[in-house]
Amino acid sequence: MNTLSGYLRQAGTALRFLLLATVVLGLLYPLVIFGIGQAVVPFQANGSIVKDPAGNPAASALIAQVSADNSGTQNPAWFHARPSAGKWDTSNSSASNLGPNDSKLLDAVKAARTAIAAAEGVKESDVPADAVTASGSGLDPQISVAYARIQVPRVAKAHGLSPEAVQAMVDRRTVTGLEAFWGQPSVNVTELNLDVAAAAPAK
Amino acid sequence: MVFSVASFITQVAVLLLLLVLVHKPLGIYLARVFEGTKSTRVERVFYRLAGVDRNTEQSWAIYLRSVLVFSSISILVVFLLQRLQGVLPGNNSLPGVDPWTAMNTAISFATNTNWQVYTPEATMGIFVQMCLLAVQNFLSAAVGIVVVVALIRGIARTRTDRLGNFWVDLARTSFRVLLPMAAIAAIVMLIGGVEQTFWSTDVTNQAAGITQTIPGGPVASQEAIKILGTNGGGYFNANSAHPFENPNVFISLFQVFLILLIPSALPYAYGRMVGDQRQGYTVAAVMGTLWLASTVLMGWAFAGAEGTATAAAGGLGEGFEQRFGAAQSSIFATATTLTSTGAINVAHDSIPPMAGGITMLNMMLGEVAPGGTGSGLYGLLILAIVSVFIAGLMVGRTPEFLGKKIGPREMKLTAMYILVTPTIVLATAGVTVLLPDAMANAPASGPHQFSEVLYAFTSAANNNGSAFAGITSSGPYLSSVIGVAMLLGRFLPMVLVLALAGSLAKQPKIPASSGTVPTHGWLFGSLLLSVTVIMTALSYFPALSLGPLAEGLLK
Repeated sequence: MNTLSGYLRQAGTALRFLLLATVVLGLLYPLVIFGIGQAVVPFQANGSIVKDPAGNPAASALIAQVSADNSGTQNPAWFHARPSAGKWDTSNSSASNLGPNDSKLLDAVKAARTAIAAAEGVKESDVPADAVTASGSGLDPQISVAYARIQVPRVAKAHGLSPEAVQAMVDRRTVTGLEAFWGQPSVNVTELNLDVAAAAPAK
Repeated sequence: MVFSVASFITQVAVLLLLLVLVHKPLGIYLARVFEGTKSTRVERVFYRLAGVDRNTEQSWAIYLRSVLVFSSISILVVFLLQRLQGVLPGNNSLPGVDPWTAMNTAISFATNTNWQVYTPEATMGIFVQMCLLAVQNFLSAAVGIVVVVALIRGIARTRTDRLGNFWVDLARTSFRVLLPMAAIAAIVMLIGGVEQTFWSTDVTNQAAGITQTIPGGPVASQEAIKILGTNGGGYFNANSAHPFENPNVFISLFQVFLILLIPSALPYAYGRMVGDQRQGYTVAAVMGTLWLASTVLMGWAFAGAEGTATAAAGGLGEGFEQRFGAAQSSIFATATTLTSTGAINVAHDSIPPMAGGITMLNMMLGEVAPGGTGSGLYGLLILAIVSVFIAGLMVGRTPEFLGKKIGPREMKLTAMYILVTPTIVLATAGVTVLLPDAMANAPASGPHQFSEVLYAFTSAANNNGSAFAGITSSGPYLSSVIGVAMLLGRFLPMVLVLALAGSLAKQPKIPASSGTVPTHGWLFGSLLLSVTVIMTALSYFPALSLGPLAEGLLK
């Protein structure tokens, strides 16, 4: 009896403790962080939304933005992002989770390499690894410098721009310094495509 | 994706430097929080409202009962409110969570595991994430810490049956340690690009004709405690690979720092509380050596980039995020599995076979280098007791640990602790591989399929929460067996640790003599290191050789 009443008393304490802790940790804390975010760094806090020249929200600088057909083939007019296990769906961030010796993955990688080499008019050996492998999030906005470089002629032609001008845009969107050293020299495709759209002559 | 050795070395060096700088002031602060007797006015109001008698200390049995009752109530409340999501506010138009998922998730978050059988974006609305899951991220981390604090008190105190007050310890750890640290971490993350909103944003790229809904949520506040409390449950499905959870390599390195922060400061607090700083430094040195060794091994395995599909791709890439690079991802994979975190910034299922093996081995070590918040230190202290026992056998004396006799009762509790986790892992994984229906949930073939199953139960029983995520664990069988593994893997060790604390506290302190094996210094540190590795290798080597070793060695 004594033990049972002890348990019940503690259960009551536990419930009240949990409720009070929820008010502090589950409501006050996130709201304060929200307030600080809106006051100090609203751009980051709201999802790094970038605008087009007309001032409308066009993309998040952190999220891949891809137009692709049902088979997953990306629109040839734009720089392509990395393959995505979730088809670049922002409500389904996911990786393929296929093992390093997986036969399905092996086939997919080989097929992607052949397709990209043909589309870009380069040798298969010039297609970098990030172009044929799905990212961890499925929403990776970045590609390698090598993958950007082989896409320059195609995108320049599609928009009536000179390859030199497009390559300059790539360079401007390539991360440098310590970020490139600790991470990798990478190009943000989402922002790059917005740059291309802004620079392209109106059709 | 090239593995940059220079990037790897400098990142490891920066991490080590930061941790060396911070562990002492943080350790002192932690010890003060745990040893303090004064309460602030706000805390006194809190205790009164919660019905806590802050001046009464508890015996080990009552302390344990409080741990178990509090955790049970947490599981029950998180389960019920997930089921009711459909009628609660802040549900983002999502229905109530299905019972198997809700059960598994409630256990998972209350046990500091954060195994996720669900896709957050499609299952959990803002209310569930912010008011249930993130709150458990704080409280489950705090429960781990208070259990090791009770053990330390048991070692430090003499001739008493009192170990402290669970409720006071829990409140102090939550509000004086985790909350302020999480707030600072969240602000750093905000500045680095992690979002904190309560709405999604529709965007339109008119030139390319693309519309997207950019998901929003209180991510920064949740991410901070997810990492700091070695929890690991992501706001998004892709976890710390998602750009909104982990936007760049700096934040990623910061997350590794936060993962290691509290566990690596606790040894200093331990040394201070037992009145012998050398004890803390020896434990910290063992943790640091294991961490460094595992990190280097992981770097080697990543750099090797083994695997037929990986070779066909021309290197690492599958499951990696471009912004982190291979070096940062290898450091992250080590830290997350050597602690009970389980956050991932690279898909562990896709990393090279030997690297996958090291992630499993890290968890199998018992997550003690530096381990989960609290659980890492009590795990290593248990191994230290095993070490003095072995040393005692060698010199033919009754083993002692910091002036306390390690008698039959203490040794039985210690031995059971050592056996519990391997038993759960090997039994559940062993039974599961015999069930064809259950194995169908792991879609890979050959050794990799076994690895997916072994990883799942290793992760569950060690309360890690990361996965070889090719496995689908949301069905009734896996979600319930994994749920049981998480429960037993969390609370059986805690029962044994608190029983041990109670039996140590009762003893008088016997003065050290010339025959006492010192529990500090190089000699003991090396012994502890060897015991830790050998215990693990003996228990798990056969299982590892069927999975990652077979896959890595068979070409």
